[in-house]
Formats: sequence, structure tokens, C-alpha cells
Amino acid sequence: MNLPEALVSSVGWGLWAYWLLIALMMVGLYIVIARDNLIKKVMGLNIFQAAAILFYVTMAKVEGGTAPIVPAGADHAGGHGGHEIVYSNPLPHVLMLTAIVVGVATTALALALAVRIHGDYGTSEEDEAVVYDMEHG
Amino acid sequence: MIEKILVLEVVLPLLAAPVCVLVRHPRFCRLFSLGVVAACFAIAVALLVEVRGGGVISYQLGGWPPPLGIEYRVSTINAYLLALVTAMALVVFSFDSRGGPPRVPEQRRHLYYAVFLLCISGLLGIAITGDAFNIFVFLEISSLSSYILVSLGGHRRAVMSAFYYLVMGTIGGVFFMLGVGLLYQATGTLNLRDIAARLEPSLDDRGTVLALALLVVGISIKLAVFPLHHWLPNAYSFAPPKVSAFLAATATKVSFYLLAMVLFTIFGAPFVFEELRLQAVLLPLSILAMFLASGAAIFQTDLRRLLAYSSVAQIGYMTLGLSTANATGLAGGLVHLFNHAVMKGGLFLVVACLLYRVGSVHIDALAGIGRRMPLTSAALVIGGLSLIGVPGTVGFVSKWYLVSGVLERGWTAAAVLILLSSLLALVYVGKVVEVVYFRKPAETQPIDHVREAPLGMLAPAWVLAAAAVFFGLTTDWTYGVAREAAELLLAGGI
Repeated sequence: MNLPEALVSSVGWGLWAYWLLIALMMVGLYIVIARDNLIKKVMGLNIFQAAAILFYVTMAKVEGGTAPIVPAGADHAGGHGGHEIVYSNPLPHVLMLTAIVVGVATTALALALAVRIHGDYGTSEEDEAVVYDMEHG
Repeated sequence: MIEKILVLEVVLPLLAAPVCVLVRHPRFCRLFSLGVVAACFAIAVALLVEVRGGGVISYQLGGWPPPLGIEYRVSTINAYLLALVTAMALVVFSFDSRGGPPRVPEQRRHLYYAVFLLCISGLLGIAITGDAFNIFVFLEISSLSSYILVSLGGHRRAVMSAFYYLVMGTIGGVFFMLGVGLLYQATGTLNLRDIAARLEPSLDDRGTVLALALLVVGISIKLAVFPLHHWLPNAYSFAPPKVSAFLAATATKVSFYLLAMVLFTIFGAPFVFEELRLQAVLLPLSILAMFLASGAAIFQTDLRRLLAYSSVAQIGYMTLGLSTANATGLAGGLVHLFNHAVMKGGLFLVVACLLYRVGSVHIDALAGIGRRMPLTSAALVIGGLSLIGVPGTVGFVSKWYLVSGVLERGWTAAAVLILLSSLLALVYVGKVVEVVYFRKPAETQPIDHVREAPLGMLAPAWVLAAAAVFFGLTTDWTYGVAREAAELLLAGGI
């Protein structure tokens, strides 16, 4: 085992895709918590959701797998010209179609609420809205 | 025959929503949605009667057999939840709020009914489905529609509360989705019973423990378990009163079922409560909720906020029942779902009556209302007594079984704390009753014009107040069913 490989296995970088999406998820969550601007919060929420969607897509990947479309001429067992075809798992992708729809609906609703908040408070900043509430009851 | 109508429970409100959007006639939509909810209630009761005693009804969507296809599966616990949600929806829908929510003009009111129906359909879907990802979808349907419903309250801050609720709810929803993903990774299936059969949870398997953590935290946000409850007081106190009544009576209850199902059916009581010892977290949080939220309720000056904080405390009682992990305590928690729905739903409907006649539910504005609105105030007192847990009301039934369950477990201190926390409830209920009956109205706020609430409002509130007494005396249909459901959960079934 050479050095880079040892490094990879000891830190768990072999799962680099998971590390990346955990980082993405934390970026999203941090924006939601740290930013006062409501639109930025919505975008942070979006990044957070996207990370979860990527998680499903990542786990669907099968090493050496191809798109799960049975090629013409393949028999029912999945064999093609005498050797087995390996497919990626299509189910998580299908689930994520639904999750994306949910995400779009959430974003649309959140933006609509932000518009209403802007109309009522005259600001899209959470801290200014809090001050406004304290002054006006 | 019964498995054919099972699916209508979800499909009826789901299809009725677009019908309301198309017809656009507010009066029609109101009566139509009432009819749909009544039909759902009838189906739920039929299902409950059918499955009582250990029956199971299963329906395969599209004819695809589980575990590949999505299965709707009803046993005692699901039927109990369905009956609870539809009964509360029926009472709330029959409440005549005279003009709908304040922010919705007459020509848009059909959309309000459509969103309400979607919310019901989402909640019923969570309770009925046997597929993990399906639960996520229904969870988001019900959550998205509750954000909309909350934002329709008259006050400017209603929209802000809805936004905050949306942010918290979405984080919870994504956590739940990730948890389901990890379970799928571990078992390769999404059918709940199939997951339960294939999953071999152990502390060494980090993926499974992470799945449990994500699911529990995600659901706890939606359930408003103590430190994650922050969205609830704002959402309930600024939503339109009818919406508060509905959400307080149903939304958190369905989340509680979800939590119980994840802990007992999927991971199993031996792993969660003996190996992982989740009660070491859940029990202190429940007790903190009971004391801190009740304590916060005492200092509220707005009746709706007071009731909302009391809801957080009551959720503490439910999770306390969960953490005992024995049949009596769990049944106590489950029966408290229904009991709390009846009393808190009733109290929020009383709030709606008061808002309509008095125009404010600030405690000071309610001084002397007991003389002007005797029937409304009496319903308020019955609901309040039930919150304290006075014998003869539903609150007593829940606390009796909770304390028995806790004692069975040998947690004497927790039992004492349950009784002590009831004293806090006595303080905040007593504060309201004192103002309503014994304090003279302020001269700046004359109440001579205030009359008794109209019958269309009073009757639903009184139905729930009467139920709070009736089910406090007869417990066969509440505790009987809850006990059966608890034993089913402890045996790892749904």
C-alpha cells in the first residue's frame, strides 16, 4: 500500500462524495442560521435540500454500473452477448424526482411568504423585522 | 369491500381540493369540504371497528404487491390516528367562523378550503401508508399546507411565524428524508415492515445509528419536542383561530405516531431503549418541557400564546409516555393524543368564539367575560380543568396511566414531577379563570356590547368540551384502543 492510498483509507476519503455533500449540507444550514436576509435563508435551505438529494443520487451509483435501460437484444436475465450487465440503482433517482418537486414547492412558498413579509414590514431582513415588531407590537 | 374503501380515506380529500379550486364558490366549498371530511370520518370509524381486536387491512396501490409496491396498511394504531384526525377535522370544519380567515378575501376563500383539505389528506396519508418514502411525501404535503394556513392569520406576524415554521419544518423534513435514505441503504427496501424485518440495528453500525438520529431529530422538530419547539408558540398564536384548533389537535399527534412507529416498529424497543438507552435523553427533555413550557405559559398575557406553550408541555407528557417503553406508559402517551386533541381543540375553538365577540384574547380584555358569555366561558373552564387533570375529565385519564406506567418502570421521581407539573397547569388555568369570572372589566374596555357567541361557533366548542367529560368517564374507546395499539407497537408491529 503506497502512502496516498493509506491516507485515503485512514481518513475515509474513499467516501469523498459523502464528505463533499456533508460539507454542502453544512454550508446550507449555516446560511439558514447565520444570514438575516430572508431570500438568502431560502437559498441556504435550497442548498441544504440539494445536499440531501445528492446523497440519494450518490448511493444509487453502482461501481461500473450503466444507466438502467435494458439495451435492445438483451435477454430478461440482463445478460448481453454472454456477459452480465451491471446497472445503477434507478429507484433513488425516481424518489429524488419527488423530492425535487417538494423542494421547488417549498422554495416557491418561502419566496411568496418573503414577498408578503416585505409588503408588511417594508424589509426582507429578519433583524429589521424583529425591531419593527418590537416598535409596533 | 372494506379494503377497497380504505384508499378513499386519502384520495377523497386529495381530489376534493382541486374540485374546490375549480368551483370557486365559497359557500359550496365550505359545505362540500364538510361533507368530504364527514365521509372520511365515517370510513375511519368503520376501519377502527373492523381492526379492533388485532385485525389488519391492507391495500396495494396499483395492484403491486409489497415490498415493491406501496402498501396502505391499517391496524389498530393507524385506525386510531385516522379516527382522531378526521373527528377533529369534522368538528373544526363544522365551526362556522363567519367570514373565514382575515387575510383571505371572499373571492379567494375557495383556495383556503382547498389548502385545508390538502393538509388533512397529508396527515391521513402519514397515518395510513406503510411505505417510508411515501410518509416523507405526505409529511411535506401536510407541512406545506400548514405553513400556508398559518400565514393566513390577521396579524402581520402570522406571515413571519409561517416563514419561521417553514424553515424549521423543512429542516425537519430533510432530516427525515436522509434518515429514510440511510435505512434504504442498509436494507434495500422502503416498505416499513420489510425494513423492520431486514434491519439488524446495532451500536457498531454507524449508518443505522445515524439513521435513527436523523429520523428522531427530524420528527422531533415537527412534533415540537422541547428544545425544538420554538416555532410552535408563534405559529399557533398568530394562525387563524380555526387553523390553530385544527393543527393543535392533529398535526403534532400524527408526528407523535411517526416517532413511536420509528422507535418501536422499525428499530424495536430492545435496541432503542435497552442498547441505546434513548430514554436517558427523552425523559429529561420531557420533564423539562412539562416544567419550562408550563412555566412560560404562566407568564403569557395572550390566551392563544398561553395555550400554545401549554401544548409544548403536553407534548412533554406524550414523549414521557414514550420513554417508559412499557404498555401502560405508552398507552398513556397514546391516549393523551386523543385527550389532548379534544381539550386543546376545544380550547382553541373557545378562543375563536372570544375573538369573534370580544375582538381580542389578551388576558386583560377578557375581564368579566364570564357574565357576558356564560356558555363559552364554561367550555373554557372544562377545557382548563382537563388540562390540569381533574378527575372526571380526559386529562385525568391520561395522567393516571402515565403515572402508572412511570411507576411500573420504577421512576418514582418522574411520577412526583408529573404531579408537580400539574400544579403549574393549575396556576395558568387558574389565572385565566380568575380574570374571566372574578375581575371587573377595565373602564377603558367596556364589554356591555359583548353577547354570547353564535350557535354555529358554540356548538362545535361544546361538542369537544362534552367529549372531554364523556371520555373522562368512559375509557373503553380511548384507553382500550390505545392499550391495544401500545401492545402492538411494543410487539414491533404496525
